[in-house]
Amino acid sequence: MIINAEIDKPIFQQIKEGIEDAILSGAFPEESQIPSITEISVNYKINPATALKGINLLVENNIVYKKRGVGMFVCEGAVNKLMENRKNDFYDKFVSSLVLEAKRLKISENDIKNMIERGFKDEH
Amino acid sequence: MSIEIKNLTKKFGNVTALDNVSLNFENNKIYGLLGRNGAGKSTLLNIITNRVFKTSGEILIDNENNEENDKAISKIYLMSEKTLYPQDMKIKDVFKWSKRFYPDFDTKRAYELSKLFDLNTNKKVKALSTGFTSIFKLIVALCVNTPYVFLDEPVLGLDANNRELFYKLLIEKYSKEPFTVVISTHLIEEISSFIENAIIIDNGKIVVNTTTEELLQSGYSISGKISDVDNYISDKEIIGEDTFGGLKTAYVMGRPDADISENLEVTSIDLQKLFVKLTNTREVK
Repeated sequence: MIINAEIDKPIFQQIKEGIEDAILSGAFPEESQIPSITEISVNYKINPATALKGINLLVENNIVYKKRGVGMFVCEGAVNKLMENRKNDFYDKFVSSLVLEAKRLKISENDIKNMIERGFKDEH
Repeated sequence: MSIEIKNLTKKFGNVTALDNVSLNFENNKIYGLLGRNGAGKSTLLNIITNRVFKTSGEILIDNENNEENDKAISKIYLMSEKTLYPQDMKIKDVFKWSKRFYPDFDTKRAYELSKLFDLNTNKKVKALSTGFTSIFKLIVALCVNTPYVFLDEPVLGLDANNRELFYKLLIEKYSKEPFTVVISTHLIEEISSFIENAIIIDNGKIVVNTTTEELLQSGYSISGKISDVDNYISDKEIIGEDTFGGLKTAYVMGRPDADISENLEVTSIDLQKLFVKLTNTREVK
């Protein structure tokens, strides 16, 4: 996870998404402990209040939960939940911008379909 | 619990170093005190700690007047740009004396940090390089355990590794037990991710005093063809602009319009850029 104070996204949002990515990739499995606020703040040189703001978003969405006096843990079912959320965002985040850029470059719908097919083939 | 500064003015002869400054340092927050060379940052910190006398105004430390008030002043540690320790004193003796003046000074921690930074505590103050002079002063600052810690140019002469180490130690200490920190520095990008509030001082006046988050949201830059940009900014408050061939970038206060033409590109302004634009009263010709 990379935190960058210069880019447009607020830091607490980057913290939230960075931990989500780590959960999705399996770096933080369900029911495992995630780093503490102090560890996150020190590691990324951010204000603990900012780290807490990011973590609280994850707590509100039932992605992580706090165990009093122990730390924070990934909720059971968090991976599925995150995948659902991301699938919902997929169109807005990727498809609309893809189409917009394609129109700018005058790439046809068929060309795009071909490229997508090629992308899937190259994966294997 | 806070430090309140009310209508503070300081004149050196006929030069006004601080001009009717009012601000509060609230409990347990990290402040960035930013300003160009000679803006008045050090003067402000020195007046709060009663090292320099004010011309007029009032300073309250936890509701007590700061003048001739050792009890109030002892709540603040100022790591000053100048080295005020006796030149012939050894570092280990500085630690010993620090404990006398600041009863909560953590001597054990001071030696641990000396080891981390590779500081030889048997050396005399005068024998230290610029970097190690900063290191020994900031070790004291990280160990005094006063409710208020002022850091005036804490990383002067420090290499990148030691700056990184210092920021991490500071955040770790703050995260475990919050205290009020005021950092004055020119290396704005390095502290922008962890200061909660930013105070920008220019020519002795406070020009910005807000949370870092709000400050970053207070402006944006817009770029594109000169005519497009000029058209967009005609009714807006501009803090600066750069032209480059037929392209122009304008720095605009406020939030961008909802319906911006595709030909214009909107980006956020980072703290350093905002700082430069807001304090650029001395134009490059």
